[in-house]
Amino acid sequence: MIKRFIALVLLLTVGAIFAVLLLGYEPDAELNATARYYADHTAQDIGSANIVTAIVVTYRGLDTLGEVTVLFLAAAIVGLVLSQGRQPASAATRRNLTPVGELLATGSRFLAPLIMLLGVYIFVNGHLTPGGGFQGGAVIASGMLLLLLADPLKHFSHGLISMLESLSGLLYVAIGLLGLFLAGGFLDNRFLPIGELGSLASAGAIPLIYSLIGLKVGAEFSSMLASLTETEEL
Amino acid sequence: MAHLAMATGFLLILIGFYGALTNRNILRMIVAFTVADSGVNLVIVAIGYMRGRTAPILDAAVTPATAAARIIDPVPQALVLTAIVIGVGVTALMLAYAYKLYEKKRSLDIGEFTELKW
Repeated sequence: MIKRFIALVLLLTVGAIFAVLLLGYEPDAELNATARYYADHTAQDIGSANIVTAIVVTYRGLDTLGEVTVLFLAAAIVGLVLSQGRQPASAATRRNLTPVGELLATGSRFLAPLIMLLGVYIFVNGHLTPGGGFQGGAVIASGMLLLLLADPLKHFSHGLISMLESLSGLLYVAIGLLGLFLAGGFLDNRFLPIGELGSLASAGAIPLIYSLIGLKVGAEFSSMLASLTETEEL
Repeated sequence: MAHLAMATGFLLILIGFYGALTNRNILRMIVAFTVADSGVNLVIVAIGYMRGRTAPILDAAVTPATAAARIIDPVPQALVLTAIVIGVGVTALMLAYAYKLYEKKRSLDIGEFTELKW
C-alpha cells in the first residue's frame, strides 16, 4: 500500500507541475525566429513544398542520419537479443495451426501489395504532401505485419531485408557526401536542380534521400516485426 | 484548442506514469510507457499550434511570400516526427527484453525479478 501511496504523491507532484505549465501557457501570435527563417527561406533555398520535410531532410539532415542510426541499432539489438539461443523450429515440433480461411488469406494477399504501394507513394511525395520516409516506411511495414498476421509461419528472408537496409543506408550517406563535394555541405540537396516548387521532380536530392530513408525504415521495422513474430512458440 | 490538446497530452503522460508505477506485469508497464510517449508527442505538437493558421506546406493558397504569416510552427512537427520513430524503436527493444526475461523465469511479474533489488 505504501508503494501505491508514494506513486500517487509522485503523480500529484508531476501533475501540479503540468498544471502550472498549462495555466501559464500563452500561444505565440507570431512565428519565432527559427520558424520564421524556415518559412521564409525554404522555397528559394531548398525548393520543398513541405517545410517539415525540408527541416527533417536538409536543415537538420545530420540529426536525421543519427535518428536512422538509432533505429538501425534498435532493430539490430532486437534481432541479436531474440535470436540468441533459439533453435529453429522444425516442421515436426510445430503445432498444427488451423487454416486462416479463404477471406483472410485472399484478402491479405490482395491488400498487402496495395498497402506497400501506398507506402511508396507516401515517401516519394514526401517533399510535396504530408508524409515522408518514416511514415512511408511504417506503412510498408504494416503491409508486412498484415502478411504475418494472416500466416504466422510465413518466413521472410532476413538476408534480403538486411541487404536492402544496408544498401539504402550506404546510398544515403553517399548522397550526403555528394552534397559535400558538389554543393554547400554534407546532405546538401542542391547538387541536383531544385526545379519548380510543387512538382514531383523538385527539391534537389530530397525525393532521393527520403525514398532511401523510406526503404531503410520499412526494412528495419519489417525485420523487427519478423524477429518478434519468430519468438512465438509455434 | 491548443490548451485542450495540451491538457489531454499531460493527462496521457500522467496515466502512463501511473500505469508504469502501479502495474506488476512487464507488458502492462510497456503499454503504459507508450501511452506516456503519445502524451509527450501530443504536448509538443500542441505547442506548435497557432490559432487560424494552416499546415506548413506551400501551395497555391500559402505562397512562399505569405508563408510566415499563414503557417503554424514546423519545428515541433519535425521534432515529433523524430520522437515517434525513436519511440517505436524503444518499444520494440523493451518488448524484446521482456521476452528474454519471460524466457528466463517463465513469468512477467516484476516481483519475480529481484536480482537488482536492494
